[in-house]
Amino acid sequence: MQQTPSDSSYLWDEELQPTNHIFNGAKCVLQMLEEQGVEVIFGYPGGAVLPLYDALRESSIRHVLPRHEQGGVHAADAYARASGKVGVCLATSGPGAANLVTGIANAYMDSIPLIAITGQVTTPLLGSDCFQEVDITGITMPVTKHSYLVKNVNDLPRIMREAFYIAGTGRPGPVLIDIPRDVQAAQLPQPDPADKDKAVSIKSYRYFGKGNAGQIEEAVKALQASQKPIVYAGGGIITSGAGAVLTQLIDTLNLPIVTTLMGIGSIATDHPNCLGMVGMHGTATANFAVTDCDLLLAVGVRFDDRVTSGLHHHFATHATIVHVDIDPAEIGKVIVPDIPIVGDARLVLEEILSGLQSVHVSESASPSSTLPSQTENCKQTLTSLEPRIPNHEPRTWWDTIRAWQQDHPLRYEPSERLNPQQVLEAMVKIGGSDAIVTTDVGQHQMWAAQFYRVRYPRHFITSAGLGTMGFGLPAAIGAQLACPDKTVFLVTGDGSLQMTIQELATTRQNDLPIKIILMNNGVLGMVRQLQKYLNDERFNQIQLQANPDFVKVAEAYGIRGMRVEKPAEMEPAIRAALAENGPFLVDCLISPDEVVLPMVPPGKAIHEMLLGG
Amino acid sequence: MLHTLAVLVENNPGVLARVSGLFARRAYNIYSLTVCQTENPDLSLMTIVVEGDTQVIQQVTKQLHKLVVVHKVTNLSNESIVDRELALVRVKVRTETRMEVLQIVDIFRGRVVDLGRSSLSIEVTGDGEKIDAFVRSMRPFGILELVRTGRIAIVRSES
Repeated sequence: MQQTPSDSSYLWDEELQPTNHIFNGAKCVLQMLEEQGVEVIFGYPGGAVLPLYDALRESSIRHVLPRHEQGGVHAADAYARASGKVGVCLATSGPGAANLVTGIANAYMDSIPLIAITGQVTTPLLGSDCFQEVDITGITMPVTKHSYLVKNVNDLPRIMREAFYIAGTGRPGPVLIDIPRDVQAAQLPQPDPADKDKAVSIKSYRYFGKGNAGQIEEAVKALQASQKPIVYAGGGIITSGAGAVLTQLIDTLNLPIVTTLMGIGSIATDHPNCLGMVGMHGTATANFAVTDCDLLLAVGVRFDDRVTSGLHHHFATHATIVHVDIDPAEIGKVIVPDIPIVGDARLVLEEILSGLQSVHVSESASPSSTLPSQTENCKQTLTSLEPRIPNHEPRTWWDTIRAWQQDHPLRYEPSERLNPQQVLEAMVKIGGSDAIVTTDVGQHQMWAAQFYRVRYPRHFITSAGLGTMGFGLPAAIGAQLACPDKTVFLVTGDGSLQMTIQELATTRQNDLPIKIILMNNGVLGMVRQLQKYLNDERFNQIQLQANPDFVKVAEAYGIRGMRVEKPAEMEPAIRAALAENGPFLVDCLISPDEVVLPMVPPGKAIHEMLLGG
Repeated sequence: MLHTLAVLVENNPGVLARVSGLFARRAYNIYSLTVCQTENPDLSLMTIVVEGDTQVIQQVTKQLHKLVVVHKVTNLSNESIVDRELALVRVKVRTETRMEVLQIVDIFRGRVVDLGRSSLSIEVTGDGEKIDAFVRSMRPFGILELVRTGRIAIVRSES
């Protein structure tokens, strides 16, 4: 297609008119964001989003400027994880949009509700390879739940509302909205704010709520018949807000529970029934228990290869598997369950609890009494249910489990040098029970998953599915903005931190009091560990030789910091970090020889761990 | 085993890319894909022939359902159906072979759609096996060009 100069100059002319009085696409976007209750967006301006940034000046929405679009999208992602709301990020066309891709994929893998708005070149220039044009809907197709390229400004209100609906319902995920600059500038009738309460209707999109009653009954029966049950809980628990009902179920039947990395916080990690994380770097007890159990109640999980070691034929082979997930495509994708239940984790668990109740009520002396309402009478009825689980022999199973725990606890050898585990123990001891921890990706992430105590859902924020180094610092920014009154720790490594270290400026600019706990070993520790075990110590390209002095780097950004080398200095350092009003960096020097154990080597079943020691 | 899926989708640009992209990245094997408009101008129908066991086909179906642009997925292999493909074949003919070719075309209920001095273009419709058989029987005469559509299918009405 030939573009004459007059075409594009015409478009510029139109945009350069005083536009304050007209209602255009950009203002519509802002109105829709406000309507959805968006308080913060993370964006980076550019030529193709000029109208949006012009409209933003008059909006109540807080705009946070990262130093790279990847920082913006990760922050929006973590904002969603910490708040439970939909996160929103904004970037210009071309490189701006392309820089979002990793973050969008990250949100997609962990099922995080996210709206990514990108500017696009003007519609007449679409497809002409013009300046800062990329086909971002095409590039992100495999990593978005849905995407839109808005060609007609009159579609904007519908698309914005649909996007939030799709991102936030069912199995959440990222939705990208690509808006050409001329569409942002084009006039449209202002949408009626009253329409916001109208239900979005997308014929071809539906999601599941309650589980099938018959299947739930089967699950209840299986739970009651089981001698060696275990619950395997994942991110779906946190997404659906099922933490409380899960804990209730665990307490009621005295069930042991393991979590995935995404499931950390679905139950307090120091709950006596919580055996810790399962899988590649899970606890020995969790891995043994899953291997040995006769009933696996899998809720909001997807049997990821980091959990099953990719050997699903050796995973929980003796167990009746109940799989609860809101996404029907996850059921039977990796493991074909005996009792599949498609539905929202919270609703299904509530129904399972109520199913257990009704068994009790129907067999008790008061058959005529109506079923107690779940929320009101649950505790009472369920407490009285406890002695009545005839086939369940908790003692035997629990004895076995406790013996495993005694024989194979998570441990480390204290030495004169600072151990990474001691860093986390000091955080647990001093940081309070309500702190949010965000992590980067690598050894420090696994140590944090193993040794940090997470008491509540949405308090452990980590890049699980994609394993994105560089997620941590922007994630801490997003979490701190979502929860301004909470302590936010970032546990990071010297490799990961340097992938998005520029966001120290965003931290400082917004006075975010993030406490950065840097585990600095001068190497890419996780890769080093893999090369140690799998390549017979043929180390290659894992030395970070020209590392900067991170305390000085922080200082250069106006952030105070200190270095810790000895175990005894760790607790005072955490105290100093917490005493600081603003952000603070603790540079913890640890040995490059530290390894994350247990570890399930590739090709081994999860009970065949390297335990060390 | 081959399965025939009827996939009702939005009639929008980019929908084909979403569907074919899904097949590509999840490594499902498409044998044929036919897209057409439907009675409803907002919807298109994709007839997709895909290879896989029951579990694979279940996954394909579920993954297709997850696409917001997909309205309905029907596995026609579970139904009693009539399915058709169409082929256009240009065959080399000489004076002495012309009659034999025309007889075979007649047996397959094909039609001659173009007549040249040394070639015939023939249209044949039928299920895949019939088209295969026709192509096989034309091969000795010399196939100059062959184009064939993917499969389309319709559910038989209840008798």
